[in-house]
Amino acid sequence: MSDSASNPMREAIESAISENPVILFMKGVPEAPACGFSARSVAILESLDQPFAAVNILPDPAIRQELSAVSGWPTIPQLFVEGELVGGCDIITEMYETGELQTLFGVEHGAPAAAEHQPASTSGPAPLSIENLL
Amino acid sequence: MSVSPDELKDRIEAAIPGTRAAVSGDGHHFDAVLEGPAFAGLSRIAAHKLVYDVFGAELGDRIHALSLKITPTEAR
Repeated sequence: MSDSASNPMREAIESAISENPVILFMKGVPEAPACGFSARSVAILESLDQPFAAVNILPDPAIRQELSAVSGWPTIPQLFVEGELVGGCDIITEMYETGELQTLFGVEHGAPAAAEHQPASTSGPAPLSIENLL
Repeated sequence: MSVSPDELKDRIEAAIPGTRAAVSGDGHHFDAVLEGPAFAGLSRIAAHKLVYDVFGAELGDRIHALSLKITPTEAR
């Protein structure tokens, strides 16, 4: 099925990606990641004080299936910024180490903007609406 | 059934000409360090996808996790 009009899960995922400037699809939740790669990705985003939406893909295999169909990326986690796939844990880590991730987020390298730390919006309505569809 | 690091190394090197791979792993989680001319000029996403495509649906299934460190080299 490639027709998103007849695929509510895919539509919900596409909406979540387009509506959230920074969104991480992960195993588990930021407070309790269920996989080391998801945990490392969350830790990097939090170390930059970067607010992000998070979607736990574990509750339904269809989330992961449709996400990979949308992104063309087979593994979890997946980070999207401004609607574009940035990558998985390896790429997030590499870009953090080179400072590219800081540039992407407009954070000065080595001096994360700590002024206004918003916690990850795990309880935000948009990401969770995906789970609520089930 | 577990997968050997050598199998991953051989398949990557066979599928992506000119690539040298060093793969370690426990049969389910693997780390691969790759270099080769095929990655030159590619974005990180495209370079990783090139390798993911070698394994397709096996990723996340019999290959639970494949961590990649990719260095492009000059084409010769």
